[in-house]
Amino acid sequence: MLCQECGKRPASLHFTKIVNGEKTELHICESCARERGELVPGTPSGFSIHNLLSGLLDFEQSGAHGAARTMPAVRCETCGMTYAQFSKIGRFGCSDCYKQFADKLDPLLKRVHGNTAHVGKVPKRAGGKVKAKREIDRLKQEMQSRIEREEFESAAKLRDRIRELEREMGAG
Amino acid sequence: MAKRNFAKQALSRWMQGEGPEFDVVLSSRVRLARNLRGTPFPMLANPAQSKAVMEQLLGVAENGRLNGLGALDLIRLSDLTELEKLVLVEKHLISPNLANESRNGALILSQNEDISIMVNEEDHLRIQCMRSGFQIEDAWKTASLIDDVFEEQIDYAFDEKYGYLTSCPTNVGTGIRASVMMHLPALVLTGQINRILSAVTQVGLAVRGLYGEGSEATGNLFQVSNQVTLGASEEEIIENLHQVARQMIEHERAARKKLMEESQLRIEDRVRRSYGILSHAAIIDSKEAAQRLSDVRLGLHLGILPQVDQKTLNELMVSTQPGFLQQTFGEALHPEQRDMTRADLIRSRLEISS
Repeated sequence: MLCQECGKRPASLHFTKIVNGEKTELHICESCARERGELVPGTPSGFSIHNLLSGLLDFEQSGAHGAARTMPAVRCETCGMTYAQFSKIGRFGCSDCYKQFADKLDPLLKRVHGNTAHVGKVPKRAGGKVKAKREIDRLKQEMQSRIEREEFESAAKLRDRIRELEREMGAG
Repeated sequence: MAKRNFAKQALSRWMQGEGPEFDVVLSSRVRLARNLRGTPFPMLANPAQSKAVMEQLLGVAENGRLNGLGALDLIRLSDLTELEKLVLVEKHLISPNLANESRNGALILSQNEDISIMVNEEDHLRIQCMRSGFQIEDAWKTASLIDDVFEEQIDYAFDEKYGYLTSCPTNVGTGIRASVMMHLPALVLTGQINRILSAVTQVGLAVRGLYGEGSEATGNLFQVSNQVTLGASEEEIIENLHQVARQMIEHERAARKKLMEESQLRIEDRVRRSYGILSHAAIIDSKEAAQRLSDVRLGLHLGILPQVDQKTLNELMVSTQPGFLQQTFGEALHPEQRDMTRADLIRSRLEISS
């Protein structure tokens, strides 16, 4: 197959773009791709994880929220980054961006990680409540399994411990 | 100015390649990404903010909180020459990003170079721990301890739902990137590598060639790392990587055995030719050097070239890189001189070690 641009060299790069269900194909040679500025893997200006992310972000916008583009721009109050900027560069400006863009974040994280919630390490100081919460969840499970095994006495002890932890959390 | 420690010696301790499973795994690495609460990430921080971040993080090392790690070198990137930065990149102690694009970038480096903490890279803080051979759990434990020390002093950006907040959404959650560097010449020679690499990417891991561009690996070195950072615990992530790498080690060993059984003469010929070229060439470029060194390394572990020293091979993999050559032999080497110098260096090192 010859390059669609110059018609001289063989086409070595094949792009398939699907935008809103409409499929366009492009078959071009490497030097024409460079001139057009199309993505050439492995070249410095080429495809990066951030390009890929911004592709996903665009998809989220035009897909699930068809009207998103006409909505007033969401802007992070702390660092001033807009959602449009974020979706272009694929990186957050500051830790508050996570809060500001929260309602758009889960679909993206689901795509990248297959998950939307952290289950790993929790910092000692900043994460006190998270730790307590997880401990309570763990104790509740343990209590349930003891009830099923009819070990009511020890289950009652766990119940008291859970209540205690919940009180502490409420106070803190 | 006196040469800094890191520029004198080609090999960090973790690159000497004497750890567990060293016939296949050169090194293990864990990186944790952390950020400070309330300061924009380095990309958006203004010079005053990024300077404050740098001083605060270097301060944690200065006030002795990291004393358990031995003597630490505190290095501001602005104090380094371009060449010194390149050497740090070639030794895999800092990223090209920190070397070239950071503002108020800094590095906290342990004496044996097992620990390299980058400041103001893509995230405020990137804690890296390296180990020789297959010791990924050990690298994680050390990185986590260092993380605890910083956390005592610094308010981390942490969210109850999303975990550790990072500049790039691909790192959020645990902020962990665990990787093992593997030498897989037999899987490449037997044509199994693509099948295995595509299987590896199915289970949430990523593979890239080392020093090579894109997927092409120079010297048959591959880095296997976790892709997912959110929704799995650090232990699960490490365990997954461990299991997969373990299987890859076994596949590589089986492929080496098969090569020796089915085409011993051809593999011996290949290894000995490469050894011959390395010990006699007058000009050699870095790509060819990497390929020949890979052959010789394979030959060593197949028992074809028992006289070659593993440490020397690992050292040559680093010291034949363009930046390191220039650092050692003066700044203004042009490419042809570089290829000559490289050939000289390889010849003399192989002679000494055998």
